[in-house]
Amino acid sequence: MITCYENVKEAVVGPSTRSENGILLQIDRHGTQDHVIMEVMDKDWTALLLRVRDHQDRAAFGALFTHFAPRIKGFLMKSGSSASASEDCAQDVMATVWHKAHLFDPSRASVATWVFTIARNRRIDVIRKERRPEPEDLPWGPQATLDQGEALIIAQENDSLAAAIATLPQNQRALIERAFFADLSHAQLMQETGLPLGTIKSRIRLALERLRHKMMQ
Amino acid sequence: MSINHHLSEGLILAYAAGSLPEAYSLIAAAHISMCDDCRAAATAYEALGGAVIDDGDSAALCQDSLAKTFARISAPALGLPVVVTPKAPSVLPAPLQDYLGARLEDVKWRNVGMGVRQCVLKTKGSQTARLLHIPAGTAVPDHGHGGLELTLVLKGAFSDKTGRFGVGDVEVADQSVEHTPVADPDMDCICLAVTDAPLRFKSFLQRALQPFFGI
Ligand SMILES: [Zn+2]
Repeated sequence: MITCYENVKEAVVGPSTRSENGILLQIDRHGTQDHVIMEVMDKDWTALLLRVRDHQDRAAFGALFTHFAPRIKGFLMKSGSSASASEDCAQDVMATVWHKAHLFDPSRASVATWVFTIARNRRIDVIRKERRPEPEDLPWGPQATLDQGEALIIAQENDSLAAAIATLPQNQRALIERAFFADLSHAQLMQETGLPLGTIKSRIRLALERLRHKMMQ
Repeated sequence: MSINHHLSEGLILAYAAGSLPEAYSLIAAAHISMCDDCRAAATAYEALGGAVIDDGDSAALCQDSLAKTFARISAPALGLPVVVTPKAPSVLPAPLQDYLGARLEDVKWRNVGMGVRQCVLKTKGSQTARLLHIPAGTAVPDHGHGGLELTLVLKGAFSDKTGRFGVGDVEVADQSVEHTPVADPDMDCICLAVTDAPLRFKSFLQRALQPFFGI
């Protein structure tokens, strides 16, 4: 694993990867360049996945694997699957991450969100053996994608979301637990969730509006 | 398209989380295909899923887990990659076309009385998803619900005592609602209805009709 990380370090700290996407901002905050490198290694899953997408970079994939595979396995086990089925499914999900990397669009979702949707769909498909009806996809073309700055905002949104969950009142945390790891009751399905997602929803709504506008041109 | 009746937040959360039974997922996906508000909400709840994974408990992997995954990656893929076929413009939103085909004309209807026709979709679980064709001006029998009932309008409109529902609108009703949906007088209404338990009709006559609904 250690060799993996060293390779990743070289891969991620290449001059083009960092300076454009805003992470340089963190230099001021933390002072030393070394710290910045650590930040990138810890957090910039987008840069790593783009290395997988664009260069089939196995070291970058190894770093993503080390972070996400145990979490996917934990997620599946918490949903009630056995350790061996969860291990198998986690490997399957990560292989899908590799194979579908070309579909990853950092302006639409963070890596964690994208990985979650793959794990969710595999859980339904492989473990529950049901179909997963998906909405009609919108044709996000290259001209419709957001710029890098906006992609970074999406990643930061995800970070602040994680922080927000940690501070939620117990009843809302319980609702999230049930939604992701069990079934909501009919009454819960009909209710408002009261979760603090207003900001992120309106950001996405605006992006959809811009997209529709571009599609009409 | 102006949509006035949306999915509830709880439904969108469960859909994004992947814990909704297939028939409810189908109607959620169909509405989201037509409604950017609910699409934005579903995307936000998926971001919540990302945070749940990121923040959640890890489980120790098998020792050779990464090597095995690389082996999966380099193994020749079983089956062809899924090609997303562009959907034909249709009354039926894309997720419904996956169940029924693209053309409304090809739907295999069954008469269920009073001019109403239905086609039951094949979904897993205790819910039933059916496409309903209600002739203009016709009322569907007053019935109570055994559980959560969702109705999405695909063509035309219907009204009941809770309001009027046009194309793209979804009615979310539970067992406390007794309603008599009536299709608009000038156009047949086609909608997707998902019920969680047999409809129970109130009058004896309607009870006699119930077997025709095939539930
Ligand atoms: Zn909606």
